[in-house]
Amino acid sequence: MSGTLKVRVDPNKCQGNARCKSLAPELFELDEWGYAHEIGDGTVPAGLEDKAWLAQANCPEIAITIDEE
Amino acid sequence: MSSPAPVTDWVHDFDHTDPTWTENPYPIWDELRTKCPVAHTNRFLGVYLPTTYEAVKEICYDTDHFSSRRVVVRSVRPEPPPPAPPITSDPPEHKRAKQILLPLFMPDEVKKLEPRVRAICNDLIDGFINDKSCDAAARYTKYIPIRAVTNMFGIPETDGDLFIKWIHEILELGLHDDTVVMKAVQEMVAYFTVHIEARKKHPTDDLISTLMNARTEDGQPLTDMHVQGALRLLLVASIDTTWSAIGSSLWHLAKTPADRARLIAEPELLPTAIEEFLRAFSPASSGREVMKETTVSGCPMKPGNMVLLAFPAANRDPTIFPDADKVIIDRKENRHIAFGVGIHRCVGAHLARMEMFIAIEEWLKRIPDFRLDPSRPTTWSEGSLRGPRQLPLLLGKE
Repeated sequence: MSGTLKVRVDPNKCQGNARCKSLAPELFELDEWGYAHEIGDGTVPAGLEDKAWLAQANCPEIAITIDEE
Repeated sequence: MSSPAPVTDWVHDFDHTDPTWTENPYPIWDELRTKCPVAHTNRFLGVYLPTTYEAVKEICYDTDHFSSRRVVVRSVRPEPPPPAPPITSDPPEHKRAKQILLPLFMPDEVKKLEPRVRAICNDLIDGFINDKSCDAAARYTKYIPIRAVTNMFGIPETDGDLFIKWIHEILELGLHDDTVVMKAVQEMVAYFTVHIEARKKHPTDDLISTLMNARTEDGQPLTDMHVQGALRLLLVASIDTTWSAIGSSLWHLAKTPADRARLIAEPELLPTAIEEFLRAFSPASSGREVMKETTVSGCPMKPGNMVLLAFPAANRDPTIFPDADKVIIDRKENRHIAFGVGIHRCVGAHLARMEMFIAIEEWLKRIPDFRLDPSRPTTWSEGSLRGPRQLPLLLGKE
């Protein structure tokens, strides 16, 4: 059985494309300039794993990493 | 002036204004990608053309070797024109200028304009829906971004044709003649001066007033020149690009009944389809100036040359996008760079996406059946922007 996923946005890479926020609003939010960061500590609730992978696969800046714990 | 010689060698002598490129650039880029990932031409005083996803991205991220002080590839290279921050800014000034604009174009801010854009689309459709045919580029796709931006700026919608004239002069006619560009810029400065001065007496709640009231990080107001430059950027960058993107999307749907039917049956697919239209028909290429000697994808690049940053070519790179030449409206993995990457990522991206979404959604609701008019050709813009400038459609069932 696979473990829990954790998403993280690299603030040095994010340019505010907001693809992650649009595809997985449960996992990402935007700051006052529109740059994204993970919600809370980035833990992906059960059932949202596909959305996490989708967000990662659509970030043009390759700013999202997903760790499996 | 005489027309430039037709291109016979795209690797060593490309020309992004050649009629073959204008008609259909995709086979040219496919050839270049396999033969030479960074092509070069002596035309336009020396320009490199990266066509792979990797090379385009690398140049975007390398602000040390590549400057944005010039972003349009032209055959004249006078002193850089008056700046239009942040698109013409390099680090460290860039960040300050961009942070002023970013909050105004956040997804939630842009969403507030949605009802207005929906009304604009329906008003335009009302104008031709009872005809059996229409030129969608002239009567629909052009006026959506014009009316959206004039609403944001708080300026008259009826000035739209003036904006189209300036943009045509700056991005097409002015490619070979600097006096045309300088005259257009002067006219724009005079135009916006009137609107800025009026707001000094009577502040409004539109984007022009917001920029006039903006403060930099150290609490300073923007100079009139900065406000002017930002307004020129927003005007020039928001109209032809979105006009092109909506037009190319409709062009595709006009000749692809299966995709039309699917988007009508599965409207929840539209946001994914819009991203695919942005990938497959990316409207804009940007430019950079090489400042220091460097090498990209094995190609030595020398200062004094420009780079034509062909985002549309990068987005057709088959090593990144399987079936890159096919439009797959439910493509799941889509790291397209239609809006650029790195610090110059298009500030208006969310506005453009919203306009595209509403424009296609409303069109399909009211005109589910349409096709290209076989008796009249679709024509495409010339230069660094690609989109239909005449898009004759037949409306209704065959």
